Amino acid sequence: MTAIDPTAHLTAEQIEELGRELDAIRDEVIADRGEKDAAYIRKVIAAQRKLELVSRGVLLFSMFPPAWLLGTAGLSVAKIMDNMEIGHNVLHGQWDWMRDPKIHSTTWEWDHVSPSDQWKHSHNELHHTYTNVIGKDNDLGYGIMRVDEDQKWHPFHLGQPLWNFLNACFFEYGIAAYDLELGKNLHKRRRRNPEFRTRARAVGRKIRKQVLKDYVIHPLLSGPSFLTTLGATFTANLVRNLWTHSVIMCGHFPEGVQVFERRSIEGETRGQWYLRQMMGSANISGSKAMHFMTGNLSHQIEHHLFPDLPSNRYAEVAVKVRALFEKYELEYVTGPLPKQVFSAWHKVFRLALPNRKPLVGTADREQELVAA
Amino acid sequence: MVTTPLLPSDYLDLVSPLRAGADLCGRIEAVRPETGDAATVVIRPGRGWRGHTAGQYVRIGVDVDGVRLWRAYSLTSPAHRQDGRITITVKAIPDGRVSNHLVRRAKPGTLVRLDQPTGDFVLSRTAPAKVFFLTAGSGITPVMGMLRDRELDDVVMVHCAPRPQDVIFREELHALVAAGRLRLTEVHTATDGVLDIARLDELVPDWAERETWACGPTGLLDAAEDHWSEHGVQERLHTERFRPGVVVAGEGGEVTFSASGRTVAADGATPLLDVGEEAGVLMPSGCRMGICFGCVTPLKAGAVRDLRTGGITEAEPGVLIQTCVSAAAGPCDIER
Repeated sequence: MTAIDPTAHLTAEQIEELGRELDAIRDEVIADRGEKDAAYIRKVIAAQRKLELVSRGVLLFSMFPPAWLLGTAGLSVAKIMDNMEIGHNVLHGQWDWMRDPKIHSTTWEWDHVSPSDQWKHSHNELHHTYTNVIGKDNDLGYGIMRVDEDQKWHPFHLGQPLWNFLNACFFEYGIAAYDLELGKNLHKRRRRNPEFRTRARAVGRKIRKQVLKDYVIHPLLSGPSFLTTLGATFTANLVRNLWTHSVIMCGHFPEGVQVFERRSIEGETRGQWYLRQMMGSANISGSKAMHFMTGNLSHQIEHHLFPDLPSNRYAEVAVKVRALFEKYELEYVTGPLPKQVFSAWHKVFRLALPNRKPLVGTADREQELVAA
Repeated sequence: MVTTPLLPSDYLDLVSPLRAGADLCGRIEAVRPETGDAATVVIRPGRGWRGHTAGQYVRIGVDVDGVRLWRAYSLTSPAHRQDGRITITVKAIPDGRVSNHLVRRAKPGTLVRLDQPTGDFVLSRTAPAKVFFLTAGSGITPVMGMLRDRELDDVVMVHCAPRPQDVIFREELHALVAAGRLRLTEVHTATDGVLDIARLDELVPDWAERETWACGPTGLLDAAEDHWSEHGVQERLHTERFRPGVVVAGEGGEVTFSASGRTVAADGATPLLDVGEEAGVLMPSGCRMGICFGCVTPLKAGAVRDLRTGGITEAEPGVLIQTCVSAAAGPCDIER
């Protein structure tokens, strides 16, 4: 929570008007959504599959360094495309309107150790509904870090730069553990909960399949290139993990992003919900290729406002959304990737230590109250 | 194991969607206009196509404006066509999304989804000696499939269409008449009015002795069924109905939760999620505001209104609705 509420200048009517304007932006896209969008996602899916197939083919000869390099690079990109522009967005239901059972949030499975149904619950239902609400949205530090002054400090947080680095390297396992709420569920009493055990078994099965494919079958298929292919798939998974972790950190952790108290969302209106999404997310600026590789999560603000709009439309929506930020005098948090990654990491380091002085925000609020 | 979480077929579909073992598809090879508002679509079915019997229909899934929509159309090609292709003949109906798309916009090369052919509106194995076809509008399509499939000894046909130029397959029918293979009466409803079923005595005096196949609008078929029953010969009448009923969207209605066997009245403003929960139905839910898709449920019958946009969604196979932002628009049936 920052010192001054950056939305304090808006009246209740203005917030509802803002909500209506955002609804209108959404309706416009939905009215226009059609054949071109469907062709887009099919093209991306086909390209991803071809790239993965070719890369894995090249890796059969990974004992030759150029083949290793080419195959590893291709497989890394294919895995990132699968998780970001395709998996994340399909699982959001962005393409459900096509009524194609093969590209549908209820049937899609991704190249990731967390089974899609568990991820959908923790991500779509919890994170997207309770975005940045302390105590409700576990994405605020994933339960292993403190990313806002208002989160209580614990000596455990001293190690958070290291936790964050390890989480980045093994991000897909971090997500699987997070979706299982492992921290909470490993307590003795909860461990025996049959519902948790079913979910844990599902994760176990998914991990087994993924590991078998990446670290046993494909290396074996490579014959004499066994070890180099093993190294290649490990590297591709690592690259994918580091990249997705960086992109996702930029969504809510950079400086300037607001968090909210649990009480503040009681009886929240549609307009207020929109406003929370606007203030609770941060974008990444960059080229078309950069937007594509982030799965358009570089348009995190637009994604949080309209999580079910097709990702290929966020760029055009962003122009209109940004105009609304200006109209209502709100800060549109955005910046190039290195700047945003640095900002997020800086926060992780800074908040590893307890707050240095009493919260300025609280003091300010008290003063305001006194003045009133 | 090699391709998890995908299947090898997901990759094969990229290069060979019509191969054996693939989900059944077809490729449109040509679209030929028949009348001002009807066209024949020539489709090469995938290897899994099991073949049809003349008179049957096929369910076809077409992407219209990016949305997969399924419709059933009668096959107008004879069974076992030499070149392995099948045809359907489609009449564009007002506001018909799929029919207008197929007649006016479909392009050769497009993939469509197919189901195996089905339907019992077919000729018996041993053709009856005397046949009567009673058809109207696009109801002629399954009958054309039969006429092309087999040579019948004694066939009479009464076909209704607004004007002569609206008669689908008119040239081919007249060629059959010229060859002495068919006796045809055209009823032009724009000038003659709708066919009065009692006129059959005059048009086809021996109608009651003939094995009859009738296909057309509900009004005609209802009249025919009554007429045949009155004369005690209903077992000689075979009918085919295209549209079981038209959904009329309204405000609120009876909601049936068919899996739990509950029916409750709902107004047009309450989300079906709330309606179900109040009725004690186990409803999946999530954000309750239309963003997380945790509540999607199949809509089996009827229509619902999207509370955010006011848009109506009608039931079709495969249609899923978000119950948290959908309200009843007339009676509906959802699978919970």
